[in-house]
Amino acid sequence: MAVIEIENLTKDFAVGFWRKRPVRALDGLSLEVRAGEIFGFLGPNGAGKSTTLKLLMHLLSPTSGSARILGRPAGDTAMHERIGYLPENPYFYDYLTPRELLTFMGRLFGMGGAPLARKVRELVGEVGLAASADLQLRKFSKGMVQRLGIAQALINEPEVVFLDEPMSGLDPLGRMEVRRIVTGLRERGVTVFLSSHILPDVEAICDRVAILNRGRLQEAGTLEDILRARISGHEVILSGWTEGTLEAIRPWCSEVRAMGERLHLRADDREDLEAVLGFVFAHGLELVSVNPIRPSLEEYFQTLVVGK
Amino acid sequence: MNRILAIARNTFRETVRDKILYNLILFALVMIGSSLALGQLTLGNEDKVILDLGLGAISVFGLLIAIFIGIGLVYKELEKRTVYALLAKPVRRYELVLGKYLGLLWTLGVNLAVMTAGLALALGYTGRAPAGAYWRLLPAVGLIFLSLALATALALLFSTFSTPALAALFTFFLWVIGHFNADLRTFGELSGSPAVEALGRALYYVIPNFGNFNLIDGRGVLQTAGYARPIDPWAVAGAGAYALLFIAFLLALSVIIFARRDFK
Ligand SMILES: Nc1ncnc2c1ncn2[C@@H]1O[C@H](COP(=O)(O)OP(=O)(O)O)[C@@H](O)[C@H]1O
Ligand SMILES: [Mg+2]
Repeated sequence: MAVIEIENLTKDFAVGFWRKRPVRALDGLSLEVRAGEIFGFLGPNGAGKSTTLKLLMHLLSPTSGSARILGRPAGDTAMHERIGYLPENPYFYDYLTPRELLTFMGRLFGMGGAPLARKVRELVGEVGLAASADLQLRKFSKGMVQRLGIAQALINEPEVVFLDEPMSGLDPLGRMEVRRIVTGLRERGVTVFLSSHILPDVEAICDRVAILNRGRLQEAGTLEDILRARISGHEVILSGWTEGTLEAIRPWCSEVRAMGERLHLRADDREDLEAVLGFVFAHGLELVSVNPIRPSLEEYFQTLVVGK
Repeated sequence: MNRILAIARNTFRETVRDKILYNLILFALVMIGSSLALGQLTLGNEDKVILDLGLGAISVFGLLIAIFIGIGLVYKELEKRTVYALLAKPVRRYELVLGKYLGLLWTLGVNLAVMTAGLALALGYTGRAPAGAYWRLLPAVGLIFLSLALATALALLFSTFSTPALAALFTFFLWVIGHFNADLRTFGELSGSPAVEALGRALYYVIPNFGNFNLIDGRGVLQTAGYARPIDPWAVAGAGAYALLFIAFLLALSVIIFARRDFK
C-alpha cells in the first residue's frame, strides 16, 4: 500500500526584485512510498528535496500536481496527527529547554499529564539528550538541536516520519545513532521518508531511493538496481601469470596492474571479458576473481551534477 | 482551543525569559520612581504629576514591549523557521496566529500589572491620595491595556508580511498618528475643501483611534474635590467595544494573510 503518493508535483518560486520571474524548483515529480519502508530521497544541494518536503507538509502550496499522505491530501490537518517532520536545519525557541519544547509539542497533539511526561523522558533518552534535558536551547550546539528536532518529530508516535537531512550537523557517532533510530522505526512498522546528500548513510539503511537533480526525478528503485544498471565493466584478478600473458591480454583490457603474485585487469565490455577469460582458461592460468565494477553512489552523483 | 492555549502559554514562557523584557520593566519602574522626585517640585499637585507620568510611562513602555517582543517573536518564528515544525503538527494556521496573540497579551498583562503595582507604591509613598484612587487605577490601566492590545494586533498584522524593522516603524507611526486622528478629521472639516475633508474622514476610520483611550488621567484617578475630572462609563465601554472590534478585524486580516502564505 502506498503511504505517500506524489503526482506530478511542480513548484515555481518567483525570484527577482522588480521583474519577478519563475524558477522551477520542482518539476513534475511523481513518486510512491510504500508502508513500512525507509525511503531515501537523494540529490545534490539545490535539487529540490527540501522543497518537496515542504510541499508534503503543506508549508508551500504547489504550482501544480498533488500529494497525498496516508490517503489524505497534504493540507489535511487531521492527518498531521499521524505524521512527524524534521525540518532542514531546525531551530526552536531559545529560552525553552528540551523538556519544555517536547511537552509543548505533545500538547499540540492533545497529549498531557503523566503519559506525556513519560514519553518526553523516553524520547530525550533515545536521542541522547538526557543529560541536557533541562538546559535552555540557546546553549545548544547544532548537533544537539538536530537531535531534539528528531525527538520532536517522534513525539506523537507517528506512522510516517519525514526527515530533511537528519544526519547534517552530526559527528560520525551521532550519525550512527540516527541510523539506529531510523532502523528502529522501521522495526516498529513506521514509514520513513528521509532526504540526504550524505550517501553512505543512505546506502546503509534505505530500502528504496529516489534520486533528484535540478528538480527532476532521475531514478527510483532499490540502490542495487540503480547501480547495477550502471555496471561499467569487470575487474578480473589472476595469478600464475608471465610476461607473455601481459602482452597477449593487453588489447582487451583498459587497465592492467601487477600487484605481486596477482594481476588486476579491467575489461570494459562483454566481448573483452570473454576474450580475457578464454585466454585464462586456454593457458591454464589461475582465476582468482571476476567482479562487476559498479559506480559508488558518489560517482553516480558526480555524473549527474556534471551533466550527462 | 487547547492548541491555541498551548501556543499562548509557550509564547508567554518564551517572552518572560527574554532579558529585554526585564530591562524595559526596570526602566519603567525607574521612571515611575523618579516621578516621585519630580512631584515634590510641584507644590500641591504632587499626586497628579506622579499619576500622569506613571500612566504615561506604563503606556510607552507597554508599547515598546508590544513592539520589540511582539514583532521580534513573530519574526523569529518565521525567519528562524520554528514555524515549520509547528505547522507540521495538527495546528491550523489561525490557531498559531491567535495563540501567538494571546501569549503576547498575557505577557503584556503581567507587565502592566507589575508596573501598576509600582505606580500604586509610589502613590502610597506620598500617602495623600484618597483610597478610591487605587481602585480607579484599574480602569485607567485597563484602558491602556486595551490600546496596547490594539497596537499588538497591528504589530502582528505588519509582521505577517514585512520585515521587523518596517513592522516596528509602521506600528509606532500609526500609534503616534492614532493619537491625533480625531484632530485630522476636524482639520479636514475646517479646511473647506471636500477632498481634504474626505481624506481626513477616511484616515479617521482606517487608522486606529488611540486617542479614544485617553479617558482617565491623573485627575480622573484622584477625583480630589474641586479638581476632579469625571469618568464617563459609557465612553469607557465605547472604547472597549471599539478596541475589540478593531482587534477582531486586524486579527482576521492577519489570519487571512498568514493562511495564504508560502513558508519558504
Ligand atoms: N524561497 C525560495 N525562493 C527562490 N528559490 C528557491 C527558494 N527555495 C528554494 N529555491 C530554489 O529551489 C531549488 C531547490 O531548493 P531545495 O529544495 O532547498 O533543494 P535541496 O533541499 O535539495 O538542497 C534551488 O535551486 C533553490 O535555489
Ligand atoms: Mg535541502
